[in-house]
Amino acid sequence: MTVKELCDSCSFDIINMADPDREVDGCYIGDLLSWVMGRAQEGNVWITIMSNVSVIAVAALSDVSCVILSEGVSLDDEVRKTAEQKGINVLSSKENTYMTALQISGKI
Amino acid sequence: MKELSLNILDIAENSIKAGATLTEIILNETDDILEITIKDNGCGMDEETLKNVVDPFYTTRTTRKVGLGLPLLKLAAEQSEGSFQIESSIDEKGHGTVVKALFNKKHIDFTPLGDVISSITTLIQGHPECDFLFSHNLPKGEIKLDTREIRQILEDVPLNSYEVIKWIEEYLKEQYSEIA
Repeated sequence: MTVKELCDSCSFDIINMADPDREVDGCYIGDLLSWVMGRAQEGNVWITIMSNVSVIAVAALSDVSCVILSEGVSLDDEVRKTAEQKGINVLSSKENTYMTALQISGKI
Repeated sequence: MKELSLNILDIAENSIKAGATLTEIILNETDDILEITIKDNGCGMDEETLKNVVDPFYTTRTTRKVGLGLPLLKLAAEQSEGSFQIESSIDEKGHGTVVKALFNKKHIDFTPLGDVISSITTLIQGHPECDFLFSHNLPKGEIKLDTREIRQILEDVPLNSYEVIKWIEEYLKEQYSEIA
């Protein structure tokens, strides 16, 4: 499944869709960025409530397919621009992290 | 990072990469506040570099796209409603960098300091040619270690020999237990 297909099927909000055709493969959940950095796998969907610029850096570094911000979290303009520049897919879900994970469960 | 001590280790490694011969790690702690200062006499950074160091996409490394040591320390400080400051000088007479992070210990998102003894011994073990001054000021007393003093006593024994590292570890543990 691609990031766009996942986004459409779960009705997530698009914050930045740089690479809609990127294949998603598995999921990682975490908010402590240094922890996520060593553990999220390439292609994973990464669900987090964090929204600072380092999220974009960790996403780039771990090469996740997309970041899903849960709990309706969004990015401020500057961070969104960085996501754009770095080509990072960022979606947003109104549900909490557990419900967001359930939404994507079985689809990826 | 789960412990600030790992962050300290990371920042001190930057100091050593900048050619520091002396890196000072000063912790000032009260019941409410933890202030971490990492001061080195390395080559320092020009203004342009300094502006960019907390940008995670900026790094002097060529092997990876992002450098996260300073951004993560800043983030950890801000998460506890503390503050973060960095100053640097490339002046010939007094070059070096000072990183200061202030933490509000009572804040629920405060990252614990963790095993700082292990960070200090790791630094010394990895860089026996460099000097480190470690000082931890607590309400009940001060913990202190200065490798320049140890070096004088040891003469030619390298600081990273097993016995010396073990001794440093015990020496620090003893100081902490004395004021506990």
